[in-house]
Amino acid sequence: MKILIITLFAGIISVFHTYPDPFEVLKKVDKNMISDTKIIKGRMIIYGKRNTREIAFISYSKGEDKSFIEYLSPAKQKGTKMLKLENNLWIYSPSADRTIQLSGHMLKQSLMGSDISYEDMMEDNTLADSYNAKITSEEVLNGRKCWVIELNAKVKDVKYEKMKIWVDEEHYIVLKEELYAKSGQMLKLITFSEIKKVQNRWFATKMNFKDVLKNGKGTDFIIDNIQFDAPIEDYKFTKAVLKK
Amino acid sequence: MIKFIIKGLFRDKSRSLLAILIVTLGVFLTVAISGYMKGVVSDLVDENARLQIGHVRIMTKAYKENESQMPLDLAIIGLDSLLNDLETNYPNFSWAVRTNFGGLIDVPDQNGKSITQGPAVGMGIDLLSENSEEVSRLNLKDAIVEGNLPAKSGDALIGYQLAQNINVKVGDKITFITTSMYGSLVFQNFVISGTIKYGVKQMDNMLLIVDIKDAQTMLDMEDAATQIFGFSNTGFYNNDECLAVQNDFNSRFENSDDEYSPIMVKMKDDPVFGVYLGYVDYFTGLMSFILIIVLSIVLWNAGLLGGLRRYNEFGIRLALGEEKGHIYKTLLLEAVFVGIVGSIIGSALGIGLTLYLQYHGFDVSGMVQGGSMVTPDIFRAKFTPDLLVVGFIPGLLAMVIGNMLSGIAIFRRQTANLLKEIEI
Repeated sequence: MKILIITLFAGIISVFHTYPDPFEVLKKVDKNMISDTKIIKGRMIIYGKRNTREIAFISYSKGEDKSFIEYLSPAKQKGTKMLKLENNLWIYSPSADRTIQLSGHMLKQSLMGSDISYEDMMEDNTLADSYNAKITSEEVLNGRKCWVIELNAKVKDVKYEKMKIWVDEEHYIVLKEELYAKSGQMLKLITFSEIKKVQNRWFATKMNFKDVLKNGKGTDFIIDNIQFDAPIEDYKFTKAVLKK
Repeated sequence: MIKFIIKGLFRDKSRSLLAILIVTLGVFLTVAISGYMKGVVSDLVDENARLQIGHVRIMTKAYKENESQMPLDLAIIGLDSLLNDLETNYPNFSWAVRTNFGGLIDVPDQNGKSITQGPAVGMGIDLLSENSEEVSRLNLKDAIVEGNLPAKSGDALIGYQLAQNINVKVGDKITFITTSMYGSLVFQNFVISGTIKYGVKQMDNMLLIVDIKDAQTMLDMEDAATQIFGFSNTGFYNNDECLAVQNDFNSRFENSDDEYSPIMVKMKDDPVFGVYLGYVDYFTGLMSFILIIVLSIVLWNAGLLGGLRRYNEFGIRLALGEEKGHIYKTLLLEAVFVGIVGSIIGSALGIGLTLYLQYHGFDVSGMVQGGSMVTPDIFRAKFTPDLLVVGFIPGLLAMVIGNMLSGIAIFRRQTANLLKEIEI
């Protein structure tokens, strides 16, 4: 009898438990992520089956649709630059001294052999603008209380039709993402860690991207230094900067 | 008696000429067709060995499982030490490093802006070493339609059809876009030194050949390659020789759980070509068998007709008192003589034509143009010692057996009816 009463009580609590408006949560997550400009100095550690490689880079971004990345090391990648302007992506190769625009299937290629594709880099819409959201549950992840939010695309130009994200209830920062294809097949898993407060924003300075269709430990994306809203000259976002 | 029989055959040409002609024709066709078929198979094997498969190939176990995808990340690493091992332990083979890779050719204008792009399959081979046998092995000099062989690093040969499709000429600069062994997108410039034609759709439409060192640099594969090809120093594929090398090499790595440990595959065990070769062997054997059977029936029939045609003659000989057994014996001796003479002439003519076609061959380029299989333009016949018997034995046996069967009738003749039968 006792068990029945407890079960009923728990059921009633769960029915009447109210989650916040998921759209408001997403807006707060977006606000935490987006700034006028961002300058990031970081590293990608790519865990392959036969070796591990580290690639250093510096990236500049302005708004949601302008970004420029220059690879600093190792020697083979040094001097490679990428420029993204809205839906266009150009890559400059110093060995060939050519600037090539990537399009179509080339965007599905892996970025420097990592678990991140060029297409992933092109994703620039905010979560709130791109997805319908529904909070499905609460979970504790790495000691942090999170809302689990299911996202279903409401616009056509998103790479992942469905997402599941774990949002820290206190800092409004995503701690885990599962990215799904339209078929329901999970494609990528991203885990965020080493959360730091930078210029009054909470920010994950380490991310592990795992292409679940590939073997291996995935790719660590480590931010060594980040500056929000720092001034960036406009020429950084022109094609001329690629060959400089 | 033999001398008497031979004399009789020469003097009565109606008994020998037609029979010898039939045996000669049958044996000639058997030998010539068998020789040509052997040549066709041999040419196919040779062409595919040189261009695509080698007599044996070495790759990693993981690469073998996913070969159709050309996965560079599963390539052999530690190439130099493996090559030294192969050269020391298997000196009867010469070893060639090759790497195949897919990608996109981008053609720039004078300002570096892309004009056209087209998919391509790259092949890195040793083009520039002094002692490289790859140029002759791949018959590159004869395959060149325009331009020259690569003379320096950065030069490339391109399939003539691909060159037309993306509108590039000899001397033009192209950029090859592909992914490296570690999955990075890479770009490498090449200058077209020549266009090549193999008469194989896949190759003429898709192929870009570059020096192996350039390919290794571009693909981050400095001490790596997708495959090592082995070619027997005899110049011919010998399944037993390749099997022995394959077993010896693979036994050294069979207990390794490392998916990147090397494995050797001989040509006949190639998952695609091996099956194809099996079919070719099967159908060639079947066709030769059918041909021999059909010709045997024709020759046998000729023997039967010969025996029946001489019905009256045997009746008279029996009436004159000759023994039935003696007549049968002389009939068979005549058949042996006719069979031997016809088979010798037929074999000589068949081998003669085989030898002629071994040097001149048939140009079938018009018939196989646009095919997806690697086939030579000219199919040549091939003389092998078994051609000496492949027509001779059926020619002789068919003639003798034909006469043996028709001669049985001799023993059924009744002496009492002989005069009536021969209408005297």
